Amino acid sequence: MKKTENMVWRFFASVKLALFSLLILATTSVIGTLIPQKNPPEFYIEAFGPRTAQFFRLLDVPDMYNSWWFISLLLLFSINLIVCTIDRLPNVWQMVVMNNLDTPPDRLEKMPNRHVFHARGDVESIAKIAKGILAKSGWKTQGENNPAGSLLFSQKKAWSRLGVYAVHLSILVIFAGAIIGSLLGFKAGVMLPEGGVTDTVYETGTGKPIPLGFTLQCEGFNVSFYADGTTPKEFRSTLKVIDSSAKELPPAKDIIVNDPLSYKGITFYQSSYEPMQGFNISIVNKATKVRQNFQVPFGEKIHWPGTGIDFGIINQQVRSRMGDVDKLKVWFSDGQGEPSIFWMDNNAKQTISSPAAAYEFQAHQVYATGLQVAKDPGVWTVYVGCILMLTGLYVAFFLSHRRVWVYIVREEATDRCRVLVCGVSSKNKIAFENEFSALVECFTHDSTFQNA
Amino acid sequence: MNSSQLLGITTLAYLLSAILYIAIFVFRAKKLGLFATLITACAFLINTIGIGLRWHESYQMGIGYAPLSNMYESLVFFAWAITLFYLVLELRYKNRVLGAFSMPFAFLSMAYASFSPEFGKEIKPLIPALQSNWLIAHVITCFVGYAAFAVASGMGVMYLLKDRKTNGAPGTLLASLPELKVIDDIIHKTLVFGFLWLSAGIITGAVWANAAWGTYWSWDPKETWSLITWFVYAATLHARFTKGWGGRRIAWLAIIGFISVVFTYYGVNFLLSGLHSYGAR
Ligand code: HEM
Repeated sequence: MKKTENMVWRFFASVKLALFSLLILATTSVIGTLIPQKNPPEFYIEAFGPRTAQFFRLLDVPDMYNSWWFISLLLLFSINLIVCTIDRLPNVWQMVVMNNLDTPPDRLEKMPNRHVFHARGDVESIAKIAKGILAKSGWKTQGENNPAGSLLFSQKKAWSRLGVYAVHLSILVIFAGAIIGSLLGFKAGVMLPEGGVTDTVYETGTGKPIPLGFTLQCEGFNVSFYADGTTPKEFRSTLKVIDSSAKELPPAKDIIVNDPLSYKGITFYQSSYEPMQGFNISIVNKATKVRQNFQVPFGEKIHWPGTGIDFGIINQQVRSRMGDVDKLKVWFSDGQGEPSIFWMDNNAKQTISSPAAAYEFQAHQVYATGLQVAKDPGVWTVYVGCILMLTGLYVAFFLSHRRVWVYIVREEATDRCRVLVCGVSSKNKIAFENEFSALVECFTHDSTFQNA
Repeated sequence: MNSSQLLGITTLAYLLSAILYIAIFVFRAKKLGLFATLITACAFLINTIGIGLRWHESYQMGIGYAPLSNMYESLVFFAWAITLFYLVLELRYKNRVLGAFSMPFAFLSMAYASFSPEFGKEIKPLIPALQSNWLIAHVITCFVGYAAFAVASGMGVMYLLKDRKTNGAPGTLLASLPELKVIDDIIHKTLVFGFLWLSAGIITGAVWANAAWGTYWSWDPKETWSLITWFVYAATLHARFTKGWGGRRIAWLAIIGFISVVFTYYGVNFLLSGLHSYGAR
């Protein structure tokens, strides 16, 4: 029993398994980049033939990153990571907290970096001088006297040994964030015409309605273009939250791509728009200042009740494939004189004069704004994981645990002491060699210490 | 002088620099050393001014944006980052033969940017999704990482060249290459540096995607390939760190990793489709 337990543990703790799962994840991930994902079943039948499509379905290839086998690989990877950490962390922790004043003298003699001096004087005063030299080079010492002599120890960045584990932990934190998001969150979308309201959005992929718990209104939408006339410069929707349960007035906000609106954990992203077949028209009688707004479909004659005014949009010029109207042609009559027929820019104002009165005519094409809606309570967990990963990588790669000892022993039958300066670094050996040489140099410059 | 002229000169200067370093290696023309370094430093300066001027020009056109937003601009930045990385390497290791295996990448990147008919070089206004500071952070971090990986693969080739039967008999061509131990060390340090930046690149990309679309990860081909690349390098580092792999195997992995980078960058844009295909236009 013990033996099999041990074997299972060894299996999951092994770095071989880690290499294996990293390479398997890398190779299998390629599949989903070659075979288009998340298309309807007919697509695969048409593109690959019925037999292959059947085979794909069996292996969830059309949605492979959510398939049972891909998730299992990620699970294997996580278990590997956890077991490996549990297996090794205690030893590494030991390295961080251990009492280096215990280090036996014969270990000190075998350190990769060492230098031996002789010094005249008693152990204590030499130790004091050595302490001063160490301190000047940024090494704060702890010391200990024992019957044989005096041992000084100093270390830098012992905690840097934990950097690797921060990286490994960060991967698990990111996974946790992703799981929280997929269990408690949703991705959805909604098209909202200007002036329209909604309390429901529709899940991406399934179209399942999801109640928001409040109402969202689109007060307006605007698309602006660069001077070339075709490249969109900005999509801007003015959104307002209507929430009767809210204590304070919920926010109204102009959203643009890259700057969404968040309310109660749900975030609304500007994602697309659709020009609609129709216009918001406002007409002002300049003399009486009476104003009237109309929602006008294209090509229909509209009457302003109580007046003699009739008008309509009889032609339009679109600028893009989407049907954004650039210019529109207006027919307008108030029953006096000839009707006015003219072209005007969308979103512009035009003054119309008839024998009876002057009018200001304003036209604005109606749009619907396309919103992506996401609720992802895991996103901050993911971000914390990301920061942890970058910090951990930096620590793991560029910082090292460096230790130096100075061991001062009275030499028998002489009036001098033997002083061993030695040190070791957890990585970046070459850099440490230089640091160590610099320290030895400092000792050399002090007349107390003679090269042995 | 406008930016495209400056970047044209940059291409030629990188070509000259690459030729000089290769000459230093092949003909052991040590005398050319200082000249090669000067040319490279000048080319780097012109490259820098070219990028700056392009930035300035975009503001003059009234569509101001950091010139890091399409395939052309990212290739120019790639060349810039490779050269900067190499110059630091030369300074640290005091060995110009490394240039013969690094500067060709800078030249190829500029040449591809300048002569490829696949994408436009004009300064074009940015569509709304690309108007984000996270995009700038994303491109910079990714390409600094890619530059390190390019140099690492060059060092990998160097290692494999040196590590042959003829190995460094005095007076032969290969004797002028650094010792295998040193090359191995350079490869490792470069990979480590690149891995940190690639990780940051993937993360900034995810943050950008989340700000624009509400999804930090959607498994689109470009994202997936950058993750594949990341897996390859993670495996490489583990093989070295925990299994003690070194030498030829790591040299090969440095080359394989860079092939994956190239595919992430080039292959996905032109062979596969996805969200990122804006880059191709
Ligand atoms: C993609 C996922 C992973 C990343 C990004 C990662 C990252 C790292 C990094 C940066 C190091 C330090 C290497 C160095 O200093 O050169 C490291 C070391 C290590 N990794 Fe991972 N790792 C991953 C997955 C795993 C897995 C699944 C295991 C499971 C066995 C594992 C086991 C180890 C071990 C044992 C070390 C050496 C630690 C030590 O010396 O105490 N890693 N990893």
